Amino acid sequence: MNPPLLEVDGLRKSFADNVVLDGIDMTVARGETVCVLGPSGAGKSTLLRCLNWLEKPDAGVIRLGGERIGMRAGGNVPMRDAELARMRTRMGMVFQHFALWPHMTVLQNLMEAPLHVQHRPRAEVRREAEALLQKVGLVDKRDAFPARLSGGQKQRVGIARALAMHPEVLLFDEPTSALDPELVGEVLSVMDDLRRDGMTMLIVTHEMGFAREAANRIVFIDRGKLVEEAVPEHFFTAPRTERARQFLARYAGTSSGPTFSRMPA
Amino acid sequence: MSRGWVVVWQHHNEMLSGLLNTLWISVLAAIASLILGAGLAMLLMSRRRPIVRIATTFVDAMRCVPFLLLAYIVYYGLPSLGLTLDNWSAGLSSLILYNTGYMAELLVAAWRSLPVETIEAAHAFGFHGFGVFRRIILPPVLLNAAPMIGNQVIQIVKDSAFLTIIAVTELTHAAASIQSTYYVPFAAFVAAVLLYWVLCLGVEQLVGFTDAVAERRR
Repeated sequence: MNPPLLEVDGLRKSFADNVVLDGIDMTVARGETVCVLGPSGAGKSTLLRCLNWLEKPDAGVIRLGGERIGMRAGGNVPMRDAELARMRTRMGMVFQHFALWPHMTVLQNLMEAPLHVQHRPRAEVRREAEALLQKVGLVDKRDAFPARLSGGQKQRVGIARALAMHPEVLLFDEPTSALDPELVGEVLSVMDDLRRDGMTMLIVTHEMGFAREAANRIVFIDRGKLVEEAVPEHFFTAPRTERARQFLARYAGTSSGPTFSRMPA
Repeated sequence: MSRGWVVVWQHHNEMLSGLLNTLWISVLAAIASLILGAGLAMLLMSRRRPIVRIATTFVDAMRCVPFLLLAYIVYYGLPSLGLTLDNWSAGLSSLILYNTGYMAELLVAAWRSLPVETIEAAHAFGFHGFGVFRRIILPPVLLNAAPMIGNQVIQIVKDSAFLTIIAVTELTHAAASIQSTYYVPFAAFVAAVLLYWVLCLGVEQLVGFTDAVAERRR
């Protein structure tokens, strides 16, 4: 077993009186695809946003490759903005509503952070960005502005933009929730390619079909607690907890079979 | 009346030099107040409450002072505090001070209407501090606010006419001096109005151009 790439230890987060994360412990190993499932409002998105400190956790330790995020090693001194920013570049993030930068073309969106955060040479960055667009099937959209793309195309750009940073892990925050149903497949297909390439991914999703087929491990979260953790086979066929059973029963009614199987060939 | 137009035409050099001075002082004031306004907008959007309060006070003050009085204060009033400016510097500083507040206000309005996620994405991708503002926030804010900025620049052009009272030799000053020497008020002032109109058309052209750039991104 590989040593964990991402470690979460006792993560807590409240908004005012509302306890959103109530002590989460989990790990993600290098090359692993982990899907985070749970009812709406369970704290899944907050968990993801705490990992790169877009939300500041109230308590708990997060480590990436053994290095602590947000706090300086061995103390309770918060990192300076620049240190935190450097840690964040090691985790790619894909947003529910894409969050592409509207004033830049597709290619510029991919090149922006590698050029102006990582300060890598322009020729190399450009070559890689074009290769990534090839990979997600959007080379012909390189000079288009995000507003001219469909949701599925925007999200594929969002994934390519994250990959352009050479992240060690990709965090997906409900990447297909804002998409029309017929566009979900093209995004899942790109994510499945990444899984095959050995990318480490932590995916918050409601796509049960995808989670079942693509994940190495399912993490089920409810009311701020990690309730169950299992390989998909066990989680979907024989959940150990009552709450997971209820959750799956509810989804069996709404989800018309695995969306993933509607993927284009 | 036709004598009036003949007189104005005979002094077209003075009118033209007044026009160029108006153009010059307006362009300087527009650029400076836009840059300072962007800085002030950052203060208005700061997370530190005292900073926001100070910046808001400045904006409110500029919004409530009549421009004419501000120009009087800067030119005639500041010397009693030991700061003496010549009429050009006093005129330009008044225009800049006054319009920085307005520019900041309209930039903040455009900033607030940006989707929050695009700014979060900047943080997630390792931007921090001023880099987020300069590369991710400011460009779309300027594009979206361009029509409002254009309106404000037209306001600057028109407000610059007040500077005749502190003897800045801009367009209104030129027209007034021709009319008072030869008593041709109608021709002199209408000629000046037409020239202001030309300047406004120029500003509108620029706004139209920026708007076309913005439209492709919407």
